[in-house]
Amino acid sequence: MPCNRGCGLSQTFAPPAAAAQPALDSCYQVETPEGIDLQLRPAGIVPRALAYTIDLLIRVLTLLLLFTLLAFLGRFGTGLGLILTFLITWWYMVLFEVLNQGRTPGKYWMGLSVVHDDGTPVGWSASLLRNLLRFVDILPFGYTLGLLSCLNHPAFKRLGDIAAGTLVVYRETTLFSRPPLPEAIPQRPPLPLHLDEQRALIAFAERHEQLSTARRQELATIVSPLFDDADPAASEQALYGIAHGLLGPALDTPS
Amino acid sequence: MKQTQFEQRYQAHWHAFALQLESLEKSQACDPAHRSFASAYRQICQHLALAQARGYSSHLIDHLQRLALRGHRQFYRHRSSLPGQLAGFLLQGFPRLVRQQWRSVLLASLLFYGSLLLMGGLVYSHPELVYSIMEPSQVSDMEQMYDPAARRIGKLAERDSNDDWMMFGHYIMNNIGIAFQTFASGLLFGLGSLFFLLFNGLMIGAVAGHLTRIGYHDTFWSFVIGHGAFELTAITLAGAAGLQLGWALIAPGRHARSEALRLAAAQAVKLVAGVIIMLLIAAFVEAYWSSMTLASSSLKYWVGAALWLLVAIYFLAVGRGTHAPD
Repeated sequence: MPCNRGCGLSQTFAPPAAAAQPALDSCYQVETPEGIDLQLRPAGIVPRALAYTIDLLIRVLTLLLLFTLLAFLGRFGTGLGLILTFLITWWYMVLFEVLNQGRTPGKYWMGLSVVHDDGTPVGWSASLLRNLLRFVDILPFGYTLGLLSCLNHPAFKRLGDIAAGTLVVYRETTLFSRPPLPEAIPQRPPLPLHLDEQRALIAFAERHEQLSTARRQELATIVSPLFDDADPAASEQALYGIAHGLLGPALDTPS
Repeated sequence: MKQTQFEQRYQAHWHAFALQLESLEKSQACDPAHRSFASAYRQICQHLALAQARGYSSHLIDHLQRLALRGHRQFYRHRSSLPGQLAGFLLQGFPRLVRQQWRSVLLASLLFYGSLLLMGGLVYSHPELVYSIMEPSQVSDMEQMYDPAARRIGKLAERDSNDDWMMFGHYIMNNIGIAFQTFASGLLFGLGSLFFLLFNGLMIGAVAGHLTRIGYHDTFWSFVIGHGAFELTAITLAGAAGLQLGWALIAPGRHARSEALRLAAAQAVKLVAGVIIMLLIAAFVEAYWSSMTLASSSLKYWVGAALWLLVAIYFLAVGRGTHAPD
């Protein structure tokens, strides 16, 4: 590979810094004792409000049903009803969160769950705390304080979450399926690539079906000075070829 | 190693791990089939680190990251038994915590009992003052409730076991709700806890002063002395826990405010757990013992005094040993 061209181009291209830039999205990174970084995705106001509404409806309906049934039991029923009201008002969230992996029914349907700040499942004390402090979040009316705190916090925490050290995150359950790359002859990159450049290149090839032809060629034009050919379609093919080269052949002995 | 080979070699591992995760996410119990989980999880973490270091594609890294995240959740899941924790807490943790937090407990007690005694004294010497904080209808309800002519006392004149049960439910709902509000509103820089402590102190003081003044002291005091030991202490502890939250916000010390709040709240919520237990006891005593008219009032005074002593001994002496209870 001619070195002078590679070196010259790396100047024209102003190589990105090797250090990872802080992510632009709302991902929340947690370093685990195993030495890896976990990416948590905090949930915003809308899914959380919907989850809360679902939970509220469930509780109201349960209580209505209970009181209709317990009305037949007279005063004993009233006493039982009061205890159950207490349990459902103050403990519904706590019991579901602790015993059901951080998910109340509403959160389950919205694909959310509650975790500690370090990504571990929520425990008794944190769950009790965040749900008791809900009383302050709803002040002075309709969750005003909670909303303000949520909008003001990078991880969308309401006051109860800040005090309890908890997060509401999206649960990830999708299965692994890597989209097939477009056909191309594997080739080596014309110059050494940084890790993130490498990933960006593979991502471009993996995403080819989501992009229009015009957009793909527009993107490929950016790197066309790397290749002898100035034709965008040829550059695109060359990029796919490099991606194939990076991923490696399917059935080969380890190099 | 190229990415495709890496995937081919370990795909089966990842799939097996995902299946194991699914079964763990559904079950609560420990299953011997999950013995290998820890090593499988470590392997996933290693694969993730490798994939990142080698610049494999985002699809693979995201997938491994999701597996690692779910594995992390299962690996660090809480499994300690609640009864065991509860016993340790009651035999040692709770009284120790109260002694350790004596400053806020003392402050809350001064606020609550101070306003109670002051208001009680004022109403006793100037009876008309009771109407400044209570509606006349409330006052007459209360007089009716503690009328010495009634056979059984409490909220209802005529009671049977179902009524006791109903009142038990009522006390739980009402008192624990108040305690929770007293605690939670402490987050408003302590103002909420301050308000609830003073408000409850004034109300109870006014009732006590008024009833003593009009000569219903025997029915009133013999009724409240028993469960008061638990209920009043619990309210002050809930107030103390709330004041701690507020104080962490007002004077966070060397921490950021959010951090100071988090640290204070972790302690305060333990107090609240103790408060819940005390109020359950109080509701039981109030519904089944305090309202009984079979016991003479002198017996109730003795039992009440014994209960106060019990509570005092519990908080002053229990859990001073150095060994954890088994």
